[in-house]
Amino acid sequence: MPIGLLLVQALNGLQLGILLFLVAAGLTLVFGVMHFINLAHGVQYMLGAYLGATLAAWTGSFWLGLVLALPAALLCGLVLEVAVFRHLYGRDHLSQVLATFGVILFLNEAVRTLWGSAPLPMAMPESLSGGIPLMPGLLYPTYRLAIIAAGLATALLLWFLVERTRLGMLVRAGASNAPMVSALGVDIGRLFTAVFGFGAMLAGFAGVLAGPIFSVEPGMGDNLLILAFVVIVIGGIGSIRGAFLAALLVGLLDTLGRSLLPELMRLFLAPSPARQAGAALASMLVYVVMAAILALRPAGLFPARGA
Amino acid sequence: MADGAAPTAAGPAARLSRDGLPLLLFALLAAAPFAGFGDGASLTLMARAMILALAATGLWLLVGGAGLISLGHAATLGCGAYAVAILDAHGITEGAIVFPVAILGAGLFAFLTGAVSLRTSGVHFIMITLAFGQMAFFTAASLAAYGGDDGYTLYGRTEFLGGRLLESRLVFHFVCLGALALVWALCRAVLASRFGRVLRATRENPLRVQAVGFSPYPYRLAAYTLAGMTGGLAGALLANATEFVSPAILAWQRSGDLLFAVILGGLGRLHGAMLGAFAFLLLEETLSHVTAHWRLLFGPLLVLAVIFLPGGLVGGLVGGRRKPGGPA
Amino acid sequence: MSAPLLALRDLRKHFGGLAVTDGVSLEVRPGEIHAVIGPNGAGKTTLIHQISGTLRPDSGQVRFLGEDVTALPFARRVRRGLARTFQITSILPGFSALENAALAVQARSGSSFRFLRPAAAEAGLNREALAALAAVGLAHRAAVPAGTLSHGEKRQLELAIAIATRPRLLLLDEPLAGAGAEETERLIGILGRLRAEYGILLVEHDMRAVFALADRISVLAQGRLVTTGTTGEIRAHPEVRAAYLGEDEMA
Repeated sequence: MPIGLLLVQALNGLQLGILLFLVAAGLTLVFGVMHFINLAHGVQYMLGAYLGATLAAWTGSFWLGLVLALPAALLCGLVLEVAVFRHLYGRDHLSQVLATFGVILFLNEAVRTLWGSAPLPMAMPESLSGGIPLMPGLLYPTYRLAIIAAGLATALLLWFLVERTRLGMLVRAGASNAPMVSALGVDIGRLFTAVFGFGAMLAGFAGVLAGPIFSVEPGMGDNLLILAFVVIVIGGIGSIRGAFLAALLVGLLDTLGRSLLPELMRLFLAPSPARQAGAALASMLVYVVMAAILALRPAGLFPARGA
Repeated sequence: MADGAAPTAAGPAARLSRDGLPLLLFALLAAAPFAGFGDGASLTLMARAMILALAATGLWLLVGGAGLISLGHAATLGCGAYAVAILDAHGITEGAIVFPVAILGAGLFAFLTGAVSLRTSGVHFIMITLAFGQMAFFTAASLAAYGGDDGYTLYGRTEFLGGRLLESRLVFHFVCLGALALVWALCRAVLASRFGRVLRATRENPLRVQAVGFSPYPYRLAAYTLAGMTGGLAGALLANATEFVSPAILAWQRSGDLLFAVILGGLGRLHGAMLGAFAFLLLEETLSHVTAHWRLLFGPLLVLAVIFLPGGLVGGLVGGRRKPGGPA
Repeated sequence: MSAPLLALRDLRKHFGGLAVTDGVSLEVRPGEIHAVIGPNGAGKTTLIHQISGTLRPDSGQVRFLGEDVTALPFARRVRRGLARTFQITSILPGFSALENAALAVQARSGSSFRFLRPAAAEAGLNREALAALAAVGLAHRAAVPAGTLSHGEKRQLELAIAIATRPRLLLLDEPLAGAGAEETERLIGILGRLRAEYGILLVEHDMRAVFALADRISVLAQGRLVTTGTTGEIRAHPEVRAAYLGEDEMA
């Protein structure tokens, strides 16, 4: 495979990893603080994409759409938290899984009812629609590079919030010892709501970013959600740093696997079976790596402190 | 008391009262084709219900029996269904080969993924079973030789000794019923056995199980494999019911449906899984007649059921417990 | 003197910078009740965890029946005859008292990979389970769901389960914790009878019970063994007297 194509695939992988991180970060924080397993986190990514696409179409501007979609996604997260999730914190994981599964069924169908089953088009901003030459004769879409940059900036911001602010300190403390944080006079319910809304907004942000390059359609969040689960399982539940590194690892593995493995198989097999075997192996790759990592380190690569 | 947890062997009368509901259910299903439900649509629906019930019963072994919340059970149905499809594509339709391959294939898949998943517990376990289910889904979708995303249409239903027995809807009805009754009876026996006692104990208190000298892992893995084998059987029947196999069978939402069926029925008794599966399909049928967007109603119903009906249809659980299971 | 059942050799465990077990060596002989006492945070429960195998020591050796078991997991040690009870009662609340004990009998009698025959109908298992219940005076409650037993009865049941594993040595982690006065009397009586058959390592806060039951006492403080001696020696030990035992408890 030519080096240029490899570079493109690596960047694509990085970009997928960034989106995964934005979804996984909220998921891992929510789990870390509330021990709440939220399958519906993926629909918040989908809602973000729909809100972004719709608002961008209304206002005629991607940027306005993005700016308006973030508070809208936050609001959706808060409404869900108050209406459903709040009643599930004290319950077992089984109840949480099922109830959030019900939320997924409802919201996927609601989106289908409101917007139809067909993918929703979303234009990327004019200023980022071009390409940047990586090497002579090889352009890489500016927008995808912008996603990577935006994701890295968000990761930095998140790191700062969690490690360097009072709120972050409470979140970390709440993760390891909720009763103690309550004893300090902090309203743990409010803290949960805040973390939840923030996580929903991060997922929504990822959704808006993904809108112009992936198809905005019902159920788009489900696959990403499961990959995000893989990410936090590999990274260690509750760990932002683990989620970041694991997200990049999963994004790169998945993308590179899909382009490289069929090529690799051609060394051993005829073109057609090579393509098939390669595709089958590529779709298993991420999960096999997850299994291998778990076999060696059941708690993930970077288990959260105190957990 | 969970099935078979009574300290002394139950007499025939006691057994009838304990197992009355499932036995009545089997009798009703056996009579249904001759009592006005012999038309194609009814038989199709009942076959779907019985297959779902079969898969749910296997899953109950994990959730209700061992306290393991698997969100990847549909993958084992997929293994069974794809075993039928792949053998069909190579001209093998003999049931004496197809069914064992489907069951053992699904069991092998469950054994291998379970060996990794069971190293973890709690929420990790849920996520990992979900992830392995998704792996199976994408793998199935990448099998271009067997239809890939579009699925694969069988040349015909599985045969037995060259006879095209399953072509008859009525025969198929009784094959499904027989399989369901057999799996229920087997799971019931397993839960009451030495093995089942260890399993039920690991659900209630894994530390206690170790403190008497058992390592829970091999028992959990065996249960996971057994559940996978029932899933394989259900998948093989499902492939025959629809004569069509596609990745949709092992979509992760199907695993969610199965889990919901189990919980809807309740973790108090094994036959809760069957009741839950029937109720689930009935609900789906009814709602889908009301509106095409029936999931708009179904989703909130699920949420409400979880919040307000923690014991499921057969009850047996005190509401709002933190731990799945508890005294069964 | 007969060979010790249990011998700890220079056991050490650190949590971060804190030494919770700091070079502990002690022995439990057959037929003896060896009590371990000490103030809260002395590392008593951590020590029990390391002996039973629920926690791995950083260094040192746990020898049981003359063999090094330091690397064996919890369940394997139980199968060798090293049973324990827990500070917080650990039973199977949904099982009957009999089935709680029968599970322990099952663990040491034949394979449990038997899938079809009802375990509840195995007369052999039930007979031995009932004997274990009888040994702690709980036979009349055999059919009752364990979760509905009184606190004291649950403590008795936990002892019965431990006995049903057919142990050589019992590790008892505060068996009297939470028991009322009457229950305490009953439990002390039961423990006194058990000493004839099993070696017992007893961690307990109730000094009256410790001095009534123990043959020898080890005093633990900040992870270190202060001293080991007969009840009389411990009673007279000035350092122990001053630091760890109230005068009134010595009376």
